[in-house]
Amino acid sequence: MSGITSYGTRHLQALFGSAGRLARSPLATLLTLIVIAVALALPAGLALVVNNVRVATGDLGGALDFTVHFKRGTPIERVQQLARGARERPGIDSITVKTADEALAEFREASGFGDALSALSDNPLPHHLIVRPAKSASGPAQIESMRRYFAAFPEVELVQLDLDWVRRLHSLLDVLRRALWVVISVLGLGVLAVIGNTIRLEIQHRRPEIEVTKLVGGSNAFVRRPFLYTGLFYGVGGALLACLIVIGGLSYLEQAVGELSAQYGGRFVMTGLGARGVGILVGAGASLGWLGALISTGRHLRRIEPRA
Amino acid sequence: MISFENVAKRYPNGREALGGVTFTIQPGEFVFLTGRSGAGKSSVLKLIALLERPSRGTVTVNGQNTGKLKAGKIPAFRRAIGVVFQDHKLLLDRPIYDNVALPLIVSGTPLKEVDRRVRAALDQVGLLGRERSSPLELSVGEQQRVGIARAVISRPQLIIADEPTGNLDPGLAVDIMWVFKRFQEVGVTVIIASHDPHLVDQFGEREIVLDAGRIAADTYRERHAKRMTALAPQPSVLPDIDLRT
Repeated sequence: MSGITSYGTRHLQALFGSAGRLARSPLATLLTLIVIAVALALPAGLALVVNNVRVATGDLGGALDFTVHFKRGTPIERVQQLARGARERPGIDSITVKTADEALAEFREASGFGDALSALSDNPLPHHLIVRPAKSASGPAQIESMRRYFAAFPEVELVQLDLDWVRRLHSLLDVLRRALWVVISVLGLGVLAVIGNTIRLEIQHRRPEIEVTKLVGGSNAFVRRPFLYTGLFYGVGGALLACLIVIGGLSYLEQAVGELSAQYGGRFVMTGLGARGVGILVGAGASLGWLGALISTGRHLRRIEPRA
Repeated sequence: MISFENVAKRYPNGREALGGVTFTIQPGEFVFLTGRSGAGKSSVLKLIALLERPSRGTVTVNGQNTGKLKAGKIPAFRRAIGVVFQDHKLLLDRPIYDNVALPLIVSGTPLKEVDRRVRAALDQVGLLGRERSSPLELSVGEQQRVGIARAVISRPQLIIADEPTGNLDPGLAVDIMWVFKRFQEVGVTVIIASHDPHLVDQFGEREIVLDAGRIAADTYRERHAKRMTALAPQPSVLPDIDLRT
């Protein structure tokens, strides 16, 4: 029990010692934190952009709707039966049945050709279904699968959809996702390098202390501990600062994006980091800080041996 | 016990500091290592404290062959030895208390015990009440006593000191030597490297004289030889002979 207490005490001593050392040189600490924060804020911001684009395209779900036209003369009961069967399929958000009469009424109202249409002896429009895929099934392959499903019925005349723009949108999102991973990898390495180099300088600065500590029997683990906490503080501090940068940037853009969305008749609200995003960012910062310090101490501490 | 068996030490720059040194030091002995600069005194101490490993031969300290000790065992090995340096090697940005407490902190001693022992160690070297002072506020002699307090706080059975009085005036040097002597009186083995013959003569302890990396004289061996000679005809002449072994 006393061993555990003593172990905990040593960790607390290292932790408070590291915090105190950072606090004693506030300007240097702040500059390092800013560099780390910028490196973390960039991928976090890009991730938010990708996420918001995804949400925005989800809101444009109407644009992914497609229409299933039936052959003229198909009984409405058969159309409704097909609709009921299709609703059971996965990947379908909703199916609306439009009878030929409803379609004609809508066309009459929307086109302004009311009188001309009244002159027609019979309704030239067929019954049709408006199919809205679920957000989770809005990929080109899934929509193509749905198209084939409906097109296979002999009563179906035409399945009308614009698959090209769906493909383009998804390609764009894929590019953004890949770009995000590239940015995360490059800037993650950057954070590792910044923290590793800061710890290396700290080790050089404290070389006499390290020598004396090893001389009186301090193990590598004991000497390494405060540097690991320093790395952790840099990582967590940088991540928290990055959260502030992202939140600040987001609130700056929010109004402009809202106005843009309103001009297209939408009410799009940007999604922020949220508690989960903050948690991921702080966790990533902490891991990178710890890892950077671990690599740096592993590389440099072993070389320092006490000299008589 | 410390034993050197035909120990040689050659540094990476090619300099041969020791060329086949053999001696044994028994627990509780007080030994001076003497000789001119470059004679090999510091190398002997470095080999004992495992700051260096021998190029040849065997160094045994507290029953451990230092040449075969694994890296992970070195910290515990060093914790069993108190080391004092001529330049004190104090942390100048830390108060005296922190300097003296360091060996206990690295060994994970509970803080209450650390506090008690730091005060006791400072009391032993006459610096109790100066815990919060910076080493920079102390005289050279006082700094050396802080170094000694740090060396003894772990209650090591072996203290080694490399020219601990090198920067001190003769009066202070004798004071510092008496501090070491008091530890030897309670059973601690003390090995001091010194090039001050007057100081060594004053204490009349065992002296291993090194010259160009070899043992030029060992007063213990000479006294032991004298003793063996004297023992046979006249045992009553023994009092001035070191009988600890």
